[in-house]
Parts: sequence; C-alpha cells; structure tokens
Amino acid sequence: MRKGLSWFNVSSIALGFAFLYIPIILLVIYSFNASRMVTVWAGFSTHWYWQLFQNQQLLDAAWVTLRVAFLTATVATVLGTLAAITLTRYGRFTGRTLFSGMVYAPLVMPEVITGLSLLLLFVAIGLDRGFWTITLAHITFTLCFVSVVVQSRLVTFDRSLEEAALDLGCPPFKTFFVVTLPIILPAVISGWMLAFTLSLDDLVIASFTTGPGATTLPMRIYSQVRLGVTPEINAACTILIAIVTVVVIFVSIMTKRQEIERQKAERMAAAEG
Amino acid sequence: MASKATGRWLVLAVPYLWLLALFLVPFLIVFKISLSQDAIAQPPYLPTFDLSGGWALFRENFAELSFENYGYVLSWDNEFIEAYGSSLWIAGISTILLLLVGYPIAYGMARAPKSIRPTLLMLVILPFWTSFLIRVYAWIGILSPEGLLNQLLFALGIVNRDAPLQILNTDTAVYIGIVYSYLPFMILPLYAALEKMDETLLEAAADLGCPPFAAFWKITWPLSLPGVFAGCLLCFIPAVGEFVIPDLLGGSDTLMIGKVLWTEFSVNRSWTVSSAVAVLLLMVLVIPIVFYQNLQAREMERR
Repeated sequence: MRKGLSWFNVSSIALGFAFLYIPIILLVIYSFNASRMVTVWAGFSTHWYWQLFQNQQLLDAAWVTLRVAFLTATVATVLGTLAAITLTRYGRFTGRTLFSGMVYAPLVMPEVITGLSLLLLFVAIGLDRGFWTITLAHITFTLCFVSVVVQSRLVTFDRSLEEAALDLGCPPFKTFFVVTLPIILPAVISGWMLAFTLSLDDLVIASFTTGPGATTLPMRIYSQVRLGVTPEINAACTILIAIVTVVVIFVSIMTKRQEIERQKAERMAAAEG
Repeated sequence: MASKATGRWLVLAVPYLWLLALFLVPFLIVFKISLSQDAIAQPPYLPTFDLSGGWALFRENFAELSFENYGYVLSWDNEFIEAYGSSLWIAGISTILLLLVGYPIAYGMARAPKSIRPTLLMLVILPFWTSFLIRVYAWIGILSPEGLLNQLLFALGIVNRDAPLQILNTDTAVYIGIVYSYLPFMILPLYAALEKMDETLLEAAADLGCPPFAAFWKITWPLSLPGVFAGCLLCFIPAVGEFVIPDLLGGSDTLMIGKVLWTEFSVNRSWTVSSAVAVLLLMVLVIPIVFYQNLQAREMERR
C-alpha cells in the first residue's frame, strides 16, 4: 500500500466535512435574510439581530444560561480533576469499581434518565427548583467529561517529575500546584470549556430540574422552534456559533503555543544539562 | 504525616461523595418511586417514607410498594413495549449508518499527512461545540416541504413543485438527525484506533501479493475493532434515549422511549409510571453501558 491519500480518502473527507458544515453555514446565511420566510432569499439584512436585542425574554434566558454555565464549568473542573487524579494515581482502593462506574456512566446515560432522577432527588429532599438545581445537575453530568479529558493527559505525562519533587521534600499539595497542574493545564482548560459548552447546550436535564423563574436559553429556543423556523432564532443561533467558534480557536492556538514553548524549554534544559 | 493522609483522603472523598449523592442516590429514588402509586399530593406519589413515624409506620409504608407500574408499562395494551422496540431499532439502524458514514472519514483522516491531521481533527470537533439544539434545528429548515433541499430539487427539475419530498416529520429525518448529531462521537474513536495502526503491516501484505481490499478486510478492520466498538456504543446508548431529535424532526408516529417518558412525565404527570419507564430503559441499556465502561477503563489503563 502506498502512503498518502487516494481519491477515495479525499472524497470521503470532503463529503464528510460538507455534511458536517453545510447545515450550519446555511443557518448562518439565512439569519441575514430580509424576508420573514426562512426559505426565500430577499436580500441582506441585519434586521433580525436588532429584533433579537429587543427580546427581553431571550436576553434574560441568555443571562441565566451564562451564569449557570460559568458556575457549572468552574465547580465541575475542580471536581473532575480530583476524580481524574484519584483514578490515575491511587491504584486499587475499595470502592474503585463503583467510583469509575459513576464517572463513566453519565457519559452515555440517556439525558432523560439523568434529568428525571435528579428531579426526583430534588423533590425528595425538598429543594426549591430553579437556578441552583439546574447548576447542581449540570455539575454532576459535566464533571465526568472533565474527568475523562484530564485523565487522558494525566496518564501520558512523565511521573518522574512529580516523584523528583516529592523526593526533594516538596509537600504533595505544593507538588500538585507547582509541577502537576502546569503540565495538565491545557487539559484542565479544555475540560472547563467542554463543561461550559455542555451546560450552555443542555435542554433535557435543565427542563427536568428547573423551576419557575429559571428558564435557560435552550429551553426558550426550544419552545420557539416547536412553533416553526424563524429568522430571529437563526440570528440567536448564529451569535452562539460565533462565540463558540472564536473561543475554541483562541484556546487551541493558545494551548498549541504553550506546548511549543514548553518543548523549547525542555530542549534547552536538556542541552544545558 | 497525618495531614498527608487527610489530604489524600479528601481528594478522593469530595468527588466520590458528590457522585454518590447526585448520581447513585437519585437512581435509588427513581426505583423507589417506580414502586409507588400516583397521588394528588405534594410530592405526587405515595407512600412517602416518614422516618419520624417509627418502625411500624415504616413497615406499613413499605408494604404499600408494588410492581403495579411495571405491569402497566409491560402490558401489550399500552404503547411502551412498542416504544422500547422502535427506540432500539432506530438507534441500531442509526448506529450502522453512522459506522458506514464515519469509517471512511476517519480512515481518510488517519491516512492524511501528519501535518494536517490536527486541523482535520479540530474540524470534526468544532461542530460538536456548537449547540446540539441548533444543529437539529438547522435540519428543519433544510428538510421541510418548502425547505432548502426541496428548493434545490425544484430548481434542478428533479422534483415537481406540487409534490415536494416529505422528509421532515418522518423516521428518515430522525435517522438524518441522529447521524448528523452523533457523527463526531463515531469518528473520534475510529480515528484514534486507525491512527495508531502500523502502516508496515499493510506494506508487508501488499508485498506478499495481497490485494488492497483483502488487506483492509484482514488487517485494518480487525485492528480498528476497539474503535468500532467504542464508537458504536458511544452512539447507540444515548441514541436509544434520544428525546430532542424525534421530537423536532420525527413525525407523530415516530415512537421513541425518551419522548414517551417525557410525555408521561410532563403531560400525563405520572411520576411513578415515568420512573418505571426509566428503570426499564436502564435495564435494557445496562449491558451496553457496562461493556462501554470496561472498554473505557481498559483503554485508560493501557496507556
């Protein structure tokens, strides 16, 4: 077999990416449509964006969603990183199987089950449903995603660095912040982002665990989508897509630069030694 | 020394207790409520265990639990069994479609020059970062009778304007929606497995006169099986319980258990029946979930 791409490889990649991107691109294009009819192009207009910024309900929902997502991502990153350390560094301990089961199961658990079970818990303990219950629910299912991302970094890095620090008398707590954390930081950051976007995105679990007064953006969009496609929703979606795209590209450039610098520093250290 | 052990213990205990309280305990509650009866009360089921009533009351409450809801769900008169069956069917067909669509893409990516692989990988992941709801919504505008796909087909003269293709609100739309939304979950494990593969194996096969297709079938495919299993499970399990896609793209006759559970809960307001539906769904999925967990844990330990 020759190395390199055959026409079959190239066309399957091209078709695959076309399939992945065309629907999103069409959605963005039609958010600039002057006509209320979504499928008829009537010229360029930013009318729907102005309309959007006057929709107080939508803005309120966006604000709730951002607060939930920010809190969720922050707490889930801490808990998920702790869980990842436990699973990669503690070896065998009693209850490990149960623990790893609880970390991996939510990754594939149908959302309706997670949502229903959390709702029933909140009702059983008499917690008022709203902002905080959504946040608790989101932390629970996103921390597992963070843990998997951080774990994959923890298992590939050179443990002798940690051991060296410990041998030299550095306390474990300090070793973590001085040695381990800087190395796994890119994974921790992408874990945070993953948790943030998962929370931003979630409709089903939020719908189960919410109460009066806390409506998230996906819930608001969903209730409008059920009534049909409107250019206003296209505009809202376009803004969300733009934010996510900018953040993802920015972070991936940052982590790549950091990686290159780290490699350079390592090479220099090796040359000096 | 004591503080070191305490620190170690805390690192373990915090996420452990969190998951116990907010992941495991809720399931036990769901199970308990699935054995209860609906009631006009707050919360809307009976019995509620009141521990202040002492042992006698506890036993009395315990005796009130029954499997009645399961009988209701599993009776042929209701649509639940049909919904479980059709969910498994739709998820199964979708998973096969995902494999057929995802494999050539992952294969092409793994054979691409090393320098462009990270970019290709990022392009696969990027749509995954945009909202699930938005991606499903995008297809409504494409598939509806006056949608963009039909407009294109009208313009090309393939379809008559008076008889547009009816895709939205059919099972076909649900398949398209699932394949579209889950594609990155299929491509990523496949790519991870294919990328690790040793190219020299294929060269050896070619040198010994093995035709490319046979080489693929005898070498590449078996070596990519861990990725195939991981990808299929990662798509199949959540797809069985899918709610948003059948609700937005499917028709009124598209029966999926996630949607049935939601309706039972939010429209019929029967918390006990929806709990029983959830417990049974979990029992259907427990084998693939355990299988998936083992695959994940083994993968992490191997590295």
